[in-house]
Amino acid sequence: MTATMWETAADAVSIICLLGGAFFAFAAGVGALRFPDLLARMHAGTKPQVLGLILVLVGLALRLREGGAVWALVLVAIFQMLTAPVAAHMVGRAGFRTGKVRNDLLVVDELTRDLDDTQTDGTGDDV
Amino acid sequence: MSPFDVVVVVGGVLLTLGAAFAIVRAEKGPSILDRTVALDIVVTTMIAAVALYAAYFRRADVVPLLVVLSLVGFVGSVTVARFAAVEPEGEGRVRTREEVAAEEAEKRRLEQEEEETRRRRRRVVEAEEQAVADAERDVPSSSRDTVEDEPDDEHHGGPADEEAR
Repeated sequence: MTATMWETAADAVSIICLLGGAFFAFAAGVGALRFPDLLARMHAGTKPQVLGLILVLVGLALRLREGGAVWALVLVAIFQMLTAPVAAHMVGRAGFRTGKVRNDLLVVDELTRDLDDTQTDGTGDDV
Repeated sequence: MSPFDVVVVVGGVLLTLGAAFAIVRAEKGPSILDRTVALDIVVTTMIAAVALYAAYFRRADVVPLLVVLSLVGFVGSVTVARFAAVEPEGEGRVRTREEVAAEEAEKRRLEQEEEETRRRRRRVVEAEEQAVADAERDVPSSSRDTVEDEPDDEHHGGPADEEAR
């Protein structure tokens, strides 16, 4: 394979990645608008969003093909994967504590069960 | 028209729609955390848009911008989540112009009332002071200290009238 062929292949993969990433970002927006409560919206804002962003960054890296820039993009992706769970955890905890979670939409509510257990037996162990 | 032109158009439309939906959610609320999540989505969409721009023009110099944007979005949502509190019913809603005007008028009315009562109370106090002063002035002179109305420092032995010498 010649160098031009490699470049064409990289460009093609980059196009697919960019389009897929843009689609996931669009899906995150739709989810944020349409989902019924805070936790569902948070799901839309973290998981497909991060995947879409990583796809876009991969596409950009395949397009740029420069060492330094690609490392910076890897840094952005790692940072997103580190911080999105932290932010989602903070938002979910604050939402639960301030009563913005709709209990009728939850399939499993382990936090409320554990909180009840700690309040009934007072120690909180073997929960 | 190269394939990347198509990619930029399609991707730009998708990102714009996604950001617009997120902004609609940020406007609708209903709580501050929903707004935070929506604005987080907007920031991430902005990162994707900048990346799309960099891919189209092959500009590697905007990559630091991506790092900065991802930092800012994280700090914002964590800070807001830290200070989120229980909101009263109906608080998480942007008020209309009329509601704001009515609230302002109510506040101004309360302030005026308070000012009025304060003024009235001050007037009552002044009247009482005036009455006390009048009463003092009306006391007959015989019952006052006859020698010295105002005792000076050298004679503070009290009234000296009807003293047997």
